[in-house]
Amino acid sequence: MVADGMKRREFFGVAGSGLFVFFSANLAAQEPARLPGRQAGPTDLNAYLKIGADGRVTCLAGKVELGQGVMTELAAALAEELDVALDTVDVVLGDTDLCPYDMGTFGSMCTPLLWPAVRRAGAEARAVLVQMASERLQVPAGQLQVHAGTVSESGKPSNAVTYGQLVAGKRIERHLENVPVKATGLKVIGTSPRRKDGPDKVTGGAQYAGDIQLPGMLHAAILRPPAHGAKLKSADTSAAEKLSGVRVVKDGGMIAVLHERPDIAVAALGKIKAEFENPPAGPDDKTIFDHIQKTAPQPRVVGQSGDLAEGQRLAGSVIEGTYLNSYVAHAPIETHTATAQIEDGKVTVWASTQAPFMVKSAVASALGLPADKVRIISRYVGGGFGGKTEADQGVEAARLAKLTGKPVQVVYSRQEEFFYDRFRPAAVMKIRAGVAGGKIVLWDNQVFGAGDREANPFYDIPHKRVTSAGGWMGGNPAGMNPFAVGAWRAPSVNSNTFARESHIDVLAAKAGLDPLEFRLNNLTNARMRRVLETAARQFGWKAGHAPTGRGAGMACGMYSNACNATMTEVAVNRATGAVEVKRVVMALDEGLVVNPDGMRQQAEGCVMMGLGYSLTEEVRFRNGEVLDSNFDSYRIPRFSWLPKIEIVMVDNPEMPALGGGEPPIVAMGAALANAIFDAVGVRSLQLPMTPERVKAALAKA
Amino acid sequence: MERTISFTLNGKTAAVKTDDERMLLWVLRSDLGLTGTKFGCGEGLCGACTVIVGNEAVRSCATPLKAVAGKQVLTIEGIGHSGLHAIQQAFLDHHAFQCGYCTPGMILGAYALLLKTPHPTRAQIAQHMEDNLCRCGSHVRILDAIQQAARAAKAGA
Repeated sequence: MVADGMKRREFFGVAGSGLFVFFSANLAAQEPARLPGRQAGPTDLNAYLKIGADGRVTCLAGKVELGQGVMTELAAALAEELDVALDTVDVVLGDTDLCPYDMGTFGSMCTPLLWPAVRRAGAEARAVLVQMASERLQVPAGQLQVHAGTVSESGKPSNAVTYGQLVAGKRIERHLENVPVKATGLKVIGTSPRRKDGPDKVTGGAQYAGDIQLPGMLHAAILRPPAHGAKLKSADTSAAEKLSGVRVVKDGGMIAVLHERPDIAVAALGKIKAEFENPPAGPDDKTIFDHIQKTAPQPRVVGQSGDLAEGQRLAGSVIEGTYLNSYVAHAPIETHTATAQIEDGKVTVWASTQAPFMVKSAVASALGLPADKVRIISRYVGGGFGGKTEADQGVEAARLAKLTGKPVQVVYSRQEEFFYDRFRPAAVMKIRAGVAGGKIVLWDNQVFGAGDREANPFYDIPHKRVTSAGGWMGGNPAGMNPFAVGAWRAPSVNSNTFARESHIDVLAAKAGLDPLEFRLNNLTNARMRRVLETAARQFGWKAGHAPTGRGAGMACGMYSNACNATMTEVAVNRATGAVEVKRVVMALDEGLVVNPDGMRQQAEGCVMMGLGYSLTEEVRFRNGEVLDSNFDSYRIPRFSWLPKIEIVMVDNPEMPALGGGEPPIVAMGAALANAIFDAVGVRSLQLPMTPERVKAALAKA
Repeated sequence: MERTISFTLNGKTAAVKTDDERMLLWVLRSDLGLTGTKFGCGEGLCGACTVIVGNEAVRSCATPLKAVAGKQVLTIEGIGHSGLHAIQQAFLDHHAFQCGYCTPGMILGAYALLLKTPHPTRAQIAQHMEDNLCRCGSHVRILDAIQQAARAAKAGA
């Protein structure tokens, strides 16, 4: 069945004539009940491709192009399997009227799940077309060849027919059968084609949600509380209402000021005299770690083996560490934006969102409309990183469009973006561990707030227990986090990897062992060993007992079955505590690499974003008030931070292609923490490792 | 104060009657419909709204309209006269973008640099671009692209 009231036959109405291949990546089955409240996806239809009479190939899927390159990747799969030129393939994404249901673009699922299904669909379409050509040309299929969308008889190129000619005037529908994809002779997959979104993006022609301009459109500025939990006591809107061209709308607790110019709407909002009742005192960014441990739900065991008492007996002594991770913002350069229009009872919302179908449900519910009266379009999105999974601004724009009878655009200010961001949660990771004869024999790890992903270590540890209490995905008691939290690029895993890999180095240092040797001593996972050894070779790792003064550090990470080893070289200014990152080497096993440059782009991006959460990024807050409101105090990575980046892809074509947008970021925190320790002999147990924290650690030493 | 401000926009005369204290960004995007110039922070801190006024890269979100009266303003829509500008081509060649939202501001920031310093060192490029923020982490490619554009200009000169 097809969810969301959308039946396959309705797609036929949209799609016109040609050859259609419908297929499922079975995305719903892959992302089980851990997404509470989200609509179950269809099991038989996630995407389809169409070959039109003009010979153009169109792929329609509900994923969104966030910058990760999915548009190019899907086009490449079809160009490969159909033997057509890449520029004859169009990819339509993120439009709920044109594309079949998709849960959302997160969890690095495009490559491992959707991409292979698109590729198989291309292979089936080619088989269908070759069969049709065989009948038309009166030549057995085995004697036909395809080049650039033209099927011809081998050795007799004049006996030929194009894909477009084959499908012209016909309507052929297929459901994906098991047609094998190309095993050899790949021409596109494994290369790095030009990004299809490039021309739009370098010319200013790419339309983001805020670039939609409609006749009569109003821009809305919405009254916001000064702190989470603050309640509106009174609002005097009379001064704003007197301004020429300004409309003030009050509806269900929302007060919005609208004007045809966005800046005038914002200025008019400033004329509202509002009084709020402050929320009760709550935690701040210093007390939050105690608060989280006190308020966290009952822990769940997420990894266990052997017997902790036996591990402790074997180790003799136990080495403890408590690692902290602060709230981190997504901070995409495009703030949450939506443009809504209502025509003939149908709402269309252009929204910057990673999950247009979730926004569709939310808008339909807020406006009391059936789902087929709502269309969400998310064509280009200016960065997501997990923070645009929800899109409240889409609902606000739709409500205001209904209330005013005009198209309405909502663009969050940078302050609103920080205030309403669903931050990566602050977290506490407590580890008790022990070593005997160079082997880790005890690992007792309690995780609070981060979530459980990759908390269970991939090292061979006979006696271990890992528990997790609360996380990014919800299920936290009210008040545990003073504001909303959510998925931030590789959710849970940055926190858990920072703690584990920092503590591994602590154990190695206490045992007097080289961190590389110590890891290899405790690791039988062949893929992880290979990336670690590869990174060490590329880095030129010199065995030593930290701190060596060289400023070299390493960490291993796993996420979504991708393995990475990250090695960094830093210089620490002892007077200021400032850390300069000189070099980052990363070896990655991402399975089959379908687009090496695309993978490299993701890894480079992860290095830069990883520098941010490792060194500067933390949200400061007090009693529900978010104190960071712009990029002056919330510092994200800049050009001067750029280290020498060396990415080595350990191609593993026996393994299916894995998602690439998240795994390369996870080991950055610990690789830097360990490099700082190697440089100066102290470590910050809290991310980010700001100059103040590094300096404080130096002062204590 | 409401009055008509005239300036040259992408080589053509533009005149806008409005409050002359309004920021150029919103006049470009909303009054004139040129949406290639992006809003990012509203306080001149991120560079997404960068345009060229005269020969300088300015933050249009923090530049009042009256400051461009009688001046030449160049936006992303105006820099490629016939086809792509060398900087745009270099950004394409290096895939010097991911989400693309900061890209117009990056390209215009680079444009201003190359006007004044046609053959910058890599360190000069990084220093000049320091306050243009990219969250996707395309920094290494943006530096590569600007170096390529500078070399292309040198070869063509």
